[in-house]
Amino acid sequence: MFPASFDYRVAESIDEAISLYQSADGEARYLAGGHSLIPAMKLRLARPSRLIDIRPIEQLRYIRVGDDGAVHIGSLTTHAEIAASDVIAQHAPLLAQAAKVIGDVQVRNMGTIGGSLAHNDPGADYPAAVLALEATITVQGPNGTRHIAATDFLKDMYETALEPGEIIVDVAIPSYSGWKSTYVKFFHPASRYAVVGIAILANADGNQVQDIRIAYNGVASCAFRDTAAENALKGKAATDATIAEAANAALNGVDVLSDHFASAEFRKHIGRVYLKRALQGLFAG
Amino acid sequence: MGVPIKVTVNSRQYEAEVDPRMLLVHFLRDVLDLTGTHVGCDTSSCGACTVILNGKAVKSCTLLAVQADGAEILTVEGLEQNGKLHPIQEGFREEHGLQCGFCTPGMIMTAYDLLQRNPNPSEAEIRHALEGNFCRCTGYQNIVKAVQYAAAKMSS
Ligand SMILES: Cc1cc2nc3c(=O)[nH]c(=O)nc-3n(C[C@H](O)[C@H](O)[C@H](O)COP(=O)(O)OP(=O)(O)OC[C@H]3O[C@@H](n4cnc5c(N)ncnc54)[C@H](O)[C@@H]3O)c2cc1C
Ligand code: FES
Ligand code: FES
Repeated sequence: MFPASFDYRVAESIDEAISLYQSADGEARYLAGGHSLIPAMKLRLARPSRLIDIRPIEQLRYIRVGDDGAVHIGSLTTHAEIAASDVIAQHAPLLAQAAKVIGDVQVRNMGTIGGSLAHNDPGADYPAAVLALEATITVQGPNGTRHIAATDFLKDMYETALEPGEIIVDVAIPSYSGWKSTYVKFFHPASRYAVVGIAILANADGNQVQDIRIAYNGVASCAFRDTAAENALKGKAATDATIAEAANAALNGVDVLSDHFASAEFRKHIGRVYLKRALQGLFAG
Repeated sequence: MGVPIKVTVNSRQYEAEVDPRMLLVHFLRDVLDLTGTHVGCDTSSCGACTVILNGKAVKSCTLLAVQADGAEILTVEGLEQNGKLHPIQEGFREEHGLQCGFCTPGMIMTAYDLLQRNPNPSEAEIRHALEGNFCRCTGYQNIVKAVQYAAAKMSS
């Protein structure tokens, strides 16, 4: 299989990428790691007439702590780089926990955080993590720069707040040094995408939970925070009883996905069982 | 419209004009005649097409040849040195790490990526690293042993 023909352009800077987008006849697409876009083009699910390769833009590849104390990640940073980063391990380990279970080694070597968030696949792993981490996504486009909260950015299945021509440039995450976190995932056995993925981030003194964030992906058409489950634990001690309460409260009223691999009922069940186990694991030590 | 690219494959430099939609695996197999890299699923899942691109294992069926412009690539053909098999290749032979051999080039290249990052991997780490490579014949036991053989030999 090979994609339909397209006009291939390389951008060396963000401005060049945007002007190549604006000057295109027909549909233009940015190409980052290509690990969602190229498979889609091979299947002719996507047929852009111009592909703008942004991978050579070195200025979009970094992980650093900014003057604001937040961790800043350039959009072209690969999953493998995030999984291996000391800065992320210290300030936002949850993101690395999610990155480590994306696809496989080869996918993690090519795929980028910007590409994953722009694609917003319901079975992707970063969406739940960036919701729990309350990340801010910075985009740049023909009309300037915007800073968008993750919760406003991720709109629906394959839908984001990106306007035509906009490029994700940066993902900023406040430092959560000292918080506990975990990412658990029920893998689709063939594709390795998340059938259920749960990101949990907690500020706790032993078992006393001051603050907790619980976000799901895989379960519904878009990743979301489960505030009912969070409220069952916030300000309380995490015990077998409160953990069971949180698991029972989870996924209520959610429009759960159903497909040939996992029915809605099965997904919901796994979603609660995995939440319970993850919370038990998180507060066991 | 052809796009000119320059790549180094197995330490040899090549210049070519390619159709932008040509996949890297087809460039390697059909243009350079390096048919050691296989196409299995053609849908980014099986890892048979794995090569090392700038030091990292990637699936060459999911890359455009134009994306490799300026890159250094290592394929299974580049492992043997002066008629001597690479320890990973030797490991697959000694430990019966293959049956039909279709998945083997990809397995070997992914193992190469692993051993360069982690020269002394545990069994669990080997299995985790090979998650993107499918074998329909061996049941993986001997593949893991082959990588262990190579790890021992390379660190001795
Ligand atoms: C076999 C396989 C298994 C996978 N398993 C998982 C998994 O388990 N979990 C998971 O989360 N993902 C998985 N993925 C997807 C993978 O993580 C992709 O790399 C990721 O979804 C897209 O990132 P990319 O850099 O490859 O983007 P591309 O494929 O290059 O682009 C994807 C889309 O985003 C747009 N885009 C890219 N970069 C930007 C940017 N900076 N700004 C604006 N738009 C942009 C493109 O135009 C395109 O529409 C898997 C992929 C494969 C092939
Ligand atoms: S042929 Fe590339 S992953 Fe199967
Ligand atoms: S040896 Fe036949 S597919 Fe692995």
